[in-house]
Amino acid sequence: MTIAPPVVRTAPLSARSAAGSGSVSWMAWPALIAFTLFGLIPLVGVLVLSFSSWSGQTTDIPFSGLDSWRSVLADPQLPHALGVTFLIMALSWVVQTPLSILIGVFLAAQHRYRGVLAVLYFIPLLLSQAAISITYKALLDPNFGLGAGLGFEFLQQDWLGDSTLAVGVVVFVVSWQFIPFHSLIYQGGVRQIPASMYEAAQIDGAGRVRQFFSITLPQLKYTIITSSTLMVVGSLTFFDLIWVLTAGGPGDATRALAVDMYTRGFKANLMGPASVIAVILVLCGLVLALALRRLGGRDQADSQLEGA
Amino acid sequence: MKRRNFLTLTAGAAAGAALSACGTSGPAGGGGAAKAGEASYWFLSGPPGEKPRTGAVERFNQANPNGKIKVTTFQNDVYKDKLKAAMGAGQGPSVIWGWGGGGLKTYVEAGQVEDLTDWFGQNAAVKDRLFPASFGPATVNGKIYAMPAETVQPLVLFYNKEVFQNAGLQPPQSWADIMALVPQFNAKGIAPFSLGGQSRWTNMMWLELLFDRIGGIEVFNDIYEGKPNAWNNPAALDALTKTQELVKANGFVKGFSSITADSNADQALLFKGRAAMMLHGSWSYGIIQAQGGSFIKDGKLGYMNFPPVEGGKGNPEDTYGNAGQFLSISSKASAEQKDIAKKFFASMLDDTEQQDWIGTGGVPIVKGADAKLAASPDADFLKFVYGVASGAKNFGQSWDQALSPTAAEALLSNIAKLFTEDVSPQQFADNMNAVIGK
Repeated sequence: MTIAPPVVRTAPLSARSAAGSGSVSWMAWPALIAFTLFGLIPLVGVLVLSFSSWSGQTTDIPFSGLDSWRSVLADPQLPHALGVTFLIMALSWVVQTPLSILIGVFLAAQHRYRGVLAVLYFIPLLLSQAAISITYKALLDPNFGLGAGLGFEFLQQDWLGDSTLAVGVVVFVVSWQFIPFHSLIYQGGVRQIPASMYEAAQIDGAGRVRQFFSITLPQLKYTIITSSTLMVVGSLTFFDLIWVLTAGGPGDATRALAVDMYTRGFKANLMGPASVIAVILVLCGLVLALALRRLGGRDQADSQLEGA
Repeated sequence: MKRRNFLTLTAGAAAGAALSACGTSGPAGGGGAAKAGEASYWFLSGPPGEKPRTGAVERFNQANPNGKIKVTTFQNDVYKDKLKAAMGAGQGPSVIWGWGGGGLKTYVEAGQVEDLTDWFGQNAAVKDRLFPASFGPATVNGKIYAMPAETVQPLVLFYNKEVFQNAGLQPPQSWADIMALVPQFNAKGIAPFSLGGQSRWTNMMWLELLFDRIGGIEVFNDIYEGKPNAWNNPAALDALTKTQELVKANGFVKGFSSITADSNADQALLFKGRAAMMLHGSWSYGIIQAQGGSFIKDGKLGYMNFPPVEGGKGNPEDTYGNAGQFLSISSKASAEQKDIAKKFFASMLDDTEQQDWIGTGGVPIVKGADAKLAASPDADFLKFVYGVASGAKNFGQSWDQALSPTAAEALLSNIAKLFTEDVSPQQFADNMNAVIGK
């Protein structure tokens, strides 16, 4: 069984690659079709709906020009929701990035015990966001939660009922769930760095800290951009987690854009204004992703390995 | 290529958002898909209502093999979303189970439900045996668009008799009593009132009764009828101020704004003696009975109608809550389906179904149902509910169901902010005046 010669496979492989050396653009078709069906068409639909005053309950859609746009842009709820969204985005980036890099670097080394730890670290990633939120909500219950159960005074806060704490809890739960994912990205990034760079640094007398800041971090530049883009754009769509934990409350302290959109559309039956918010979300995502790309520098083809 | 990847990623995320905003993908089937000779009927699953509802349909189907009702059940929140999506796509069920009021009104305005006024005129017996108050939420612009059904659920001020006894205190007879009890219970480390504030409609119950007790039914009627600046009524501002005074005096359990009513933690706080009182719907009785061990059997649960407010104009016998459930017929249903549905309506709340509802701790909306209550182990509470419901000069409908979904959402969102003291009573009134009649 184990002695099957690998030579056998090379012949048909090279033959196939020779035959298919023409255009491979057809490979993009499945993704393109799916993206058009489930991405572009709904996007156009939302744009169209944003000029309507549809209630979502009728089969005919009444159009009302810019009314929905005017009402949303004049609503103080919009700057508030934008503020909440960007606050959660910024805080979760600030919390997640350093921790993910450290864990990623730690896990990149080839030790068996680190492999075991890596498996444990990734467990939160396997759980559904709704399940995580329900669990945390139960643990943080002011009367029947962990604090009350264990009798620890410092745990007996009004975690989800206090405006500031509630935002903190949302950021914490987001980080708890997604740090493993970003650690995985950084682990891969660190393993790509050639060992020769570290060897050269060691010969020059650089310590571990110096190596981290002078080699690892700069080499991770594109990994950081990738991970940050995922974090930033992903945080625009946080909905289920916030909805289960706080439903946008207390008051409207955690009413982020996605929550605001759902509430307007499906609670208040205002599909027009909800679509306006959706369009704003799309624009925010595009602008942020493009801005992060710019941060990466114009010439993506530049070698990162100069001098290695 | 790389740039495109990022764009795809962003647009993908955005499209996800877009999809959820659009959401017209209802379940296939519904009214159109029901077989000939069958009317579809969607309602809520789970206790306490599923068994009596299913039983009524089964008996009807046995008696009418040629014109059956086909049932699909959903959980509460799922049902609301599915129904909304299906109605929007013109694929709703033949029989629509709902809450009447503002939600029904939006269906009426969109021409989606049948006018039943003539049918009730021809079948006076069907109408006359039910509580007159239950027709309020079924009526839009003077015409009846729904069949009232099931049970009446007024708001009740529950209290823990044991907690009151141990503290040597008496249940409140007025608003002043309530405000006087608050510091006494707080001093003993017991929350005066339990409240599942994250659900928001729970907070709304306080406003409903305070508005009514202070200013009478006119205050909310003006709002309901869309009179400009109706929220600026001095009685309304007084009620809003009193609510916030209670919040500021720590009248509600710590962390109330993160407690959901779905978790039943609000009832648990009461029967575990962590809170002394709770204003809630009469259905709480069933929840306490199911989860509170021997709390009710040991006679520890007290209940009363909400007390009067000093100098208030309202009738202290008035109450708020659900005057029933409301079944409408889709205007998209075939003539045959409509006939089946009407026949089904006429068969509803027979003796067996009434007994089923009484078994769940509910009072059917049938006149004289009190005669059937005595045999129930919960006879005392059920008679109290029957008394409140039949004695109320005004049985107000829950505001979030009376108003249009748009105004209701604005109301709930402002109520949440009123209870977290993010808005003042006057700001609340201003915000709400802006959506009056919408």
